[in-house]
Formats: sequence, structure tokens, C-alpha cells
Amino acid sequence: MDFLTVLQVLDSTVRLAIPLLLACLAGLYSERAGIFDIGLEGKMLAAAFFAGAIAAVSGNVWVGLLAGIGASLALSVVHGVASITFRGNQLISGVAINMLAAGVTVLIAQDWFKQGGRTPSLTEDGRFQPLEWPMAIGPKDAEETGQRLSELITEASIPQQIYSELLSGHSIIVYLAILAVPLSAWVLYGTRFGLRLRAVGENPASVDTAGISVVRLRYTAVLICGVLCGIAGAYLATALQAGFIKDMTAGRGFIALAALIFAKWRPWSALWACLLFGLLQAIAVRFQSIEVGDFVIPVQLMEALPYILTVVILAGFVGRAVPPRAGGEPYVKER
Amino acid sequence: MTLMKKFLGAAAAVALTAGTAVADPAVIFDLGGKFDKSFNEAGYNGAQRWADETGGKYLEIELQSEAQREQALRRFAEAGANPIVTMGFAMASPVEQVAADYPETKFVNIDGFIPEIPENVQMISFQEHEGSYLVGMMAAMASKSGTVGFIGGMDIPLIRHFGCGYAQGVKAVNPDATIIANMTGTTPAAWNDPVKGSELTKAQIAQGADVVYAAAGGTGVGVLQTAADENILSIGVDSNQNHLHSGKVLTSMLKRVDVAVYEALKAGDSLETGTGMVLGLDQDGVGYSLDEHNESLVTAEMKSAVDAARAAIIAGDLEVASYYATDSCPALDF
Repeated sequence: MDFLTVLQVLDSTVRLAIPLLLACLAGLYSERAGIFDIGLEGKMLAAAFFAGAIAAVSGNVWVGLLAGIGASLALSVVHGVASITFRGNQLISGVAINMLAAGVTVLIAQDWFKQGGRTPSLTEDGRFQPLEWPMAIGPKDAEETGQRLSELITEASIPQQIYSELLSGHSIIVYLAILAVPLSAWVLYGTRFGLRLRAVGENPASVDTAGISVVRLRYTAVLICGVLCGIAGAYLATALQAGFIKDMTAGRGFIALAALIFAKWRPWSALWACLLFGLLQAIAVRFQSIEVGDFVIPVQLMEALPYILTVVILAGFVGRAVPPRAGGEPYVKER
Repeated sequence: MTLMKKFLGAAAAVALTAGTAVADPAVIFDLGGKFDKSFNEAGYNGAQRWADETGGKYLEIELQSEAQREQALRRFAEAGANPIVTMGFAMASPVEQVAADYPETKFVNIDGFIPEIPENVQMISFQEHEGSYLVGMMAAMASKSGTVGFIGGMDIPLIRHFGCGYAQGVKAVNPDATIIANMTGTTPAAWNDPVKGSELTKAQIAQGADVVYAAAGGTGVGVLQTAADENILSIGVDSNQNHLHSGKVLTSMLKRVDVAVYEALKAGDSLETGTGMVLGLDQDGVGYSLDEHNESLVTAEMKSAVDAARAAIIAGDLEVASYYATDSCPALDF
């Protein structure tokens, strides 16, 4: 295995980890505020559809992104109303959102586009194009020299390979998602809002006693969750793919939840957890089976590893993952 | 409440009489959905062609979960639908179970396998390995790097059957060719994961592949998209997918599910059952597509070589090994 292969696997890791990371951070805000959210999958799916659909109609990917965020926000509000205002069961509300999104996206897509529950393929401006960094080797160089991009990169020096293959050439959402990690860490641990947000997930009564609205804080957290899920969904449909296909999230919302537990509800750990899960997926994609000595590791094991690791963490073998104490419980003010 | 009950009762009565009055045929689409641009859509096109030509109507359902298979069969059978056409290998055992309870109803299954076919069931299967062999030859001829890719959907024998024929076709043209084969996953979600399809394609391109063949349902949409983005050739499957990326899709391995469904619906009551029907190159059950979208990609040399191989397979001079025969492939390790 040469150095370039490692780089290519890492490059693939980044692409696969970004939707997980965005969804994971979304869940982080929500769950830190005491609102469990298993509807991440559904919100991503709805966002993927509306981003794909509106980008296809308007021909502008940014309008699509806004539409995706809007759709995800709408579902967040549903979740908020059900679980904060009406103090319903948060898990049931989340499951309902997942089912609703899976059905409604296909239904609307069929009604609008008549292409069997998918959106038309997006063209140039309807998609997030990869950002070519200055001096990086990209598709343009390949066109000018008439060689394949992979050949050009193979010939380049090692720093140039790292620069062109790994750092350059991702869509803008990838860089924004990575920036969201330090930002989230600062918001949660460095601001008054973050302190209150964490407190409302641990002990809402004390927050209420201090004269701060529990309901308002929780709604804010749920809405931030909606925005991040919306970006994650839009990334799937308009950056990684060129349109929406039914059920295209393929369980990523649930893997993000696993990553959240694995990261013990902390932003930096969430980054590493998502990158680890992305790496496992990327390795499974690149190598069908890995031989270690005489023993062959089947690809299925690599795909199952994120879940196995999560169970191990949950079981308390490697440190304990303690969820926010008031998570999952609607707050009832004493009268 | 009583008013509601009356309404519901009336609706149920109408539904029942409507069911028994006419013996419409029924089509049961598999989990991929009838617009998967591939297998199920081909079936839908066949059924629609029958409906347009005869003015007939057919009942239909798109399955949403495994649990609905037997339920849907029984409901259609109870409603008097005849024949009932079922799409996909996974419907085979539900059909086997249900068929005995409704001896008057004729069942058709496409792609499935039952060791002992009941009296009122017709099993239709395709020689996918023969069609895949032809597109494999074209892939090897179109490839400049000598490396070609195969991306399957869910890892099941049927998809390995596709891959195996393809690999043999590639090796027939270029014995030194490298074939990279990947499966998307082991659950039905693998049929609808275009993002993973894209990543698999990128990984195969990184390993030198410049033609990829996708036999992966909705996942294939991602494969074809990435291949077009990265400027390599792709090969579609089941339906003609050449138009999805005109000039970037080398060809499509056609599996004439539409013809099979059309014929079954057309035969209606006189459908011959109790047998298995195998559609291969000979019956035009499988083949490769050639239209205005890929005519610039398919050279005369390619066409003549493939047509010669086709004739040889039909004549029996050339045998493409089937994955089912030995549960292994002579040209490819999965």
C-alpha cells in the first residue's frame, strides 16, 4: 500500500465523515439541551430532498441549501412542539419524523417531477462544485495537459499530493463543517448561552430558578439542530450527489447518533468519532477484504465496527458515556 | 361515529365487489420501488405497455417492507386478481407458500428460484451472465488502462451472477485485465445508497478503473453520476440507462423484464404455469443497448466482436459459466 492510497482513503474519509459530523453536531446541541433526537435521519432526508428539488428548479445551489435548511427546520419545530410544548415522548416524536420524511419526500418528488420519487439530475450551478485551492492540481490541469488527474497527482511531490488530494478539492460545506467544530466547542464551553444550554440538559429546574426560560433555550437548541441537519442533507444531495434519491441518507442519521454517544456528547470528540467512523467506511469501500497474516478480515466486519464500538462504549468498557441527566424528560414547572 | 361506520362499510362493500367483478391482473413491485430506473421500472414499463395496448387495468403495489410480501399476495389473490406477477427473487418463497392456497390463481415470479415449481406458478429467470458477458467484452475494449470495475448492490448470488459473467467477458478480450469488484452492502439499503456508490466508484477510479459496470439499482445512479463527473465510462443495467449521461454511458446491460411482464399479462388466463422459463440472448431476454446516446462510444470493431460472441453463445459454441452452477466464479473472486 503506497502513500497515495493512504491519501485517497483519507480523502474518502473526509467526504464520508462530513454528513455524519454535521448530523452529530446537530444531535449534540439538541441532546445537550435535554432533547433526545432520533429524527436526525428524517431531517437529513427531508433536507436532501428539498435541497435537490429547489436547486433543480431554481438552478441555484444556494437557494437549494436554504430550502433544505428550511425543510429541516420545519421538522425541528414539529419535534419541538411535540416534545417541549406538549411534553410528548421525544423518541416517539423522532421516529414519527423519520417515517414522515421517508414517505413525504418520495410522494412530493413523484408529484412534482414524475421521475419516480427522485429529483432531476442537477447541472453545473445546481451543485456545490469542489473548491480548487491555489496551486493545487485539479481537473483544470488535467484538461490542459491532456493527462488523467490521477496520473498528474501520482507524479507530483508528496506535499503537493497531500495538498491537492486531501486538502483541496472538497466543496465549501466540508470546510464549513470542520469550522463548525471549534465554533461549537466555543459556543458550548465559552459562552453564557452554552453554559445555560448545558445546564438545561442537566438540571432544568435550576435554570428555571435562575429566571431563564427552559422552553426558549430548548427551542433554540432544537432549531440549531435543524439548521445543521439541513446542511448535512443538502451536502448529500447537492455536493456528493447530483439530486435526491429515495432513502438516500441510508442510515447516516443513526450512525451519527452512535458517533454522538461514542464522543460522549463533546464537540471535539464528535469530530474524531465521525472521522473514525468515516475512516472505517472508507476502508471498507476501498478494500473488500483485508488480510492480516493468514487471517482475512471480511468487509462486513469493517462496516459493523462503528456499531460494535458504540456498544462497547455504552457498556462502559472504555470510560463511561454519561448522557445529559435530564435528557429525554420533558420539563414540568412546579406549580 | 355511526355515520363514519356507514361510510366505511359502504366503501368496503364497493371495494369487495370491485375486486370480484373483474379478473384484473396484478403486479407486485419489490422494495426498490417501481421507478428505480432499473429492474422494477422495466417491469412497470411492460405492464404499462400492456395497459396502453389493451386498455386493460392492473392492480399494483410497491412493497414497503419484508412483512408485506405474503400479505400483498394474499390480498390480490382474495380480490380475484389473475395472473399475479411478482418482481424480484425475494418474492419466490412467499409465492411458493401462497400458491397452494389459491389453486385457481396463476402466479408469475421474475428472478426467483423454487426447486419444485407448483402447478399454478411460472418462474421467469434471465441469463444475466450472458448479457453481462457481452458488456464485459465492450468494457475491456473501451478500457485504456486495462482495469475495469464492477459495483454490485446487495451482496446476493444474483448480483454475483452478473459480476461473474461480466468478468468472463472482460477476460475473454483481455486476459491480463484487472477487474475490481465491490458490493455496496449486505442489507436492502444497499439498493438505495448512491453516496456509497459514488465513493466506491472513486475508489475504483483511484485504482485505475476507467469503465465501471453498476448492477446496483438506485445506488447505480450515484455510480453513473460519479463516472460522468470523473470523465470515465460506465455501464448501466436492466433498463436502458444510456440517456442518464449521454455520451458517458458506454452501454446498458438490458434485461427485458418489460417483455416478460408484458407477455405474462397478455397471456392472462392462458398463461402456461408449472414451469420455469429462462430468457437468454436467444430469446432477446438479455442484451446490450445501442442508441443515439452511445453510438459514438461503440466502435464498429466492438460491435462486430460482441455480435460474434452473441451468435456463438446462442449457437452453443461459447459457454459462459454461471455463478449458480458452482457458487463460484472462474474469472473473479468476490
